[in-house]
Amino acid sequence: MSDDDHGPLFMALVVAGGLSHGFGLAYSRMARPDIVLDFLQLEDFGLLFVMGGAALVTGLAIQLGTRVLETAPLTGTRYAGREKGFDRNVVVGGVVFGAGWGLSGVCPGTGYASLGIGNYPILWAVVGMFVGAYVQGLWRAHRQSASRETATTGD
Amino acid sequence: MSALSIAVNLFPRGIDHYLIGGLFVGLGISVIYLGTGILAGNSTFLETTLSYASDLPRFQREKYVTSRDWRVVFAVSIVAGAAVYEFAFTAGAFVTDVQWWRLLGGGILVGIGTRIGKGCTSGHGVSGIASLSRTSIVNVALFIGVAVATALVVASLGVTP
Repeated sequence: MSDDDHGPLFMALVVAGGLSHGFGLAYSRMARPDIVLDFLQLEDFGLLFVMGGAALVTGLAIQLGTRVLETAPLTGTRYAGREKGFDRNVVVGGVVFGAGWGLSGVCPGTGYASLGIGNYPILWAVVGMFVGAYVQGLWRAHRQSASRETATTGD
Repeated sequence: MSALSIAVNLFPRGIDHYLIGGLFVGLGISVIYLGTGILAGNSTFLETTLSYASDLPRFQREKYVTSRDWRVVFAVSIVAGAAVYEFAFTAGAFVTDVQWWRLLGGGILVGIGTRIGKGCTSGHGVSGIASLSRTSIVNVALFIGVAVATALVVASLGVTP
């Protein structure tokens, strides 16, 4: 079981990107669930500028990659946008995620960043996210094997 | 009401730190993308990290096992980057007033929802929107709408914060 070995430059870039990402999440106050809840309760619309600013920069990078450059220097990967297929899961997942985000004011990235600002109660949310990810994995594995059994007995 | 006072009502804390923070958030994703071609999201870390501990085939998929190491490094760097800002540029640690059961319950739903829905606020909300992906636009509209409704209902039940 060998992991992809992209070399030390790859990891250095991941570290640099992660540092900037986390710095920005703290700078924008998104690492504070209280501020995110203020947005969701329609009291402070600043979050739109966080997402908008981040999407603008990322959009420029995607334009540069896909239109000017060809392949990424560290992996040889051809640049592409993020295009995931649309299906029922996208809708169900969006609704469940929205309910969780609205209840807690925490999403994955802001949860990690919140640890960095010393917000120790956020461990409740981080543990919860791992539990949730594990539960959906169990459930989907169970569902998959159940449908396979049905198919076999139906032959 | 003048345009200015409406703007002040919508943005009681101003917009500067929101916008500047957002630019850093996007810069982090962009640096990794331009070097590697990878649009790094945040929720995949949850499932890939579970592959260290669980034999469930779902978590042992090749694309998870081959990316789990750098995703851990990415998440740890996010923690460090946030710490740099908070402890070097502000008065220091922040501790939330949001109640533990909201954090735990919300966290569980977030863990389920982002993995079923193929992404979170960074994957769909930043990289997906930046790609003008229709899948992401639908997902983001849904999760913001449901989150606003949830937060308003919880607040109307008198839960603070």
